[in-house]
Amino acid sequence: MTATLASCKRDFPILGREVHGHPLVYLDSAATAQKPRAVLEAVRRYYEQSNANVHRSVHTLADEATALYEGARQKVAAFIGAERPEEVVFTRGTTEGLNFVARGWAARHLKPGDEVVTSPMEHHSNLIPWQQVCRQTGARLRFIELSPDGTIDLQSAARVIGPKTRLVALSALSNVLGTINPIAAIAEMAHAVGAVMVVDGAQSVPHQVTRVQELGADFLAFSGHKMCGPTGIGVLWGRMERLEEMDPILYGGEMIAYVSRDAATWAAVPAKFEGGTPNIAGAVGLGAAVDYLTAIGMEAIEAHDRRLGELAYRRLASVPGVTVYGPPAPRGGLVAFNLAGIHPHDVAQVFDAHGVAIRAGHHCCQPLMQWLDVGSTARASFYLYNDESDIDRLVEAVEATKRYFGQ
Amino acid sequence: MSTDDSLEALYRETILDHNRSPRNRGQLPDATATVGLLNPTCGDQIRLDVKVVDQRVVDIRFTGHGCAISMASASMMTEAVKGKTVEEALGLARDFKRFLTGERPQHDLGELEALSGVSRYPSRVKCATLAHNALEQALSGSPPNPAGDA
Repeated sequence: MTATLASCKRDFPILGREVHGHPLVYLDSAATAQKPRAVLEAVRRYYEQSNANVHRSVHTLADEATALYEGARQKVAAFIGAERPEEVVFTRGTTEGLNFVARGWAARHLKPGDEVVTSPMEHHSNLIPWQQVCRQTGARLRFIELSPDGTIDLQSAARVIGPKTRLVALSALSNVLGTINPIAAIAEMAHAVGAVMVVDGAQSVPHQVTRVQELGADFLAFSGHKMCGPTGIGVLWGRMERLEEMDPILYGGEMIAYVSRDAATWAAVPAKFEGGTPNIAGAVGLGAAVDYLTAIGMEAIEAHDRRLGELAYRRLASVPGVTVYGPPAPRGGLVAFNLAGIHPHDVAQVFDAHGVAIRAGHHCCQPLMQWLDVGSTARASFYLYNDESDIDRLVEAVEATKRYFGQ
Repeated sequence: MSTDDSLEALYRETILDHNRSPRNRGQLPDATATVGLLNPTCGDQIRLDVKVVDQRVVDIRFTGHGCAISMASASMMTEAVKGKTVEEALGLARDFKRFLTGERPQHDLGELEALSGVSRYPSRVKCATLAHNALEQALSGSPPNPAGDA
């Protein structure tokens, strides 16, 4: 492990491969990040040396597996500045974490006439759970409007968040606009009216320093695979008192304290939410990813990703026929864009032929596409292993696409 | 596959031409059937207007937005089925969808065979079949068989 930003690309075996005769330029980290050798080896070592079920048996392997699993929880807790490791609940990913809050907390606490507040820039995973729980409870879903540049309109937030608000759900960083949202300010408004603040950290936790105490969140959900960890592992962090007043979602093994024929009591947080055999290898891999990112330094990664995002925005915006979306700066390390007269899927296909991997589509943000008045967009997203030469390749691919479609 | 080979396999000149200059684009005020379809994975949309007289497709128009593959496929399909009987048109749609999964077509698909490269890109098959699904729905009055959706 080299553990410096400048040379970290060599830690990622997949980035050495070619696509259609070109060295791969991977610009789809907002969808999923690539994995450094340290993560791949931690998972392999776990399976080769310590594989056993956790919290159950007394043999050596079970002790090792449990120590690795709980060690990963401690690493994640330190990574986000949680007060206690028990506040870290392992999930499958951001979607599951947000659904847990909707079903375990909101379904229990919302009453008819209560209001849930979110924004039109949310990923479907931070929208549909609230739509559903509002439908079930008779609560009303309301939206903070966006300013024309794709940032949160704080005046709208102040109007929408009021005495009826019980829960505010907002992403910390938009997966399309690149907007860095003012979570602390919104959380203050939410807490002033006694509402709970839920933060979708899928795009922010991998790319920004996260201190949950300063963030002002009551819940924060994020995914391991977008931060160099394996797929299928994620985290729901919550303040202990909020997690304690939340119902379990999955009933079964591991999540109980005492069971009789007719009833059961629940284990303490976080076991209460981790019914069934957890994704132990995934947690171990996530712990290794946290170690890797920490060794490089989240401050450096945050500055690097923002710089690439802002540079890519400027460079793409200067190409005739290219429309870019969201604020120029500050922004996270991703840029959504369109080429005039060329569908984003065709753009992504031509990029692929040039070895440049980007995403095209609605990015699980159909209401945001409606707000932007587009069907879909292309999106380039950056991470620690990208550099300015990748932006050169991105711009070259744009020019090649325009030539190819005769624009 | 090199850059050029991989693109040529997918975007034949015929496709680029139909994408640039779509045929039968627009709406039919006297349509006997109108179908709107959406490809939820990419947001592509098509509206197909069909005028059937005496079991024959006498006119057909489409509007919508989508990638070059879906728009060219719609354009070529409208040219291929105009003047055909309903039965022939349905046969063509089904044959085309089989063709995209790598099977040999039973009939001459004409220009639509330019879309053969799509069969190597599973993520793009839905783009190429959108208009054909709309046609099946318009002519049979019921949603197409999802099994044929590839």
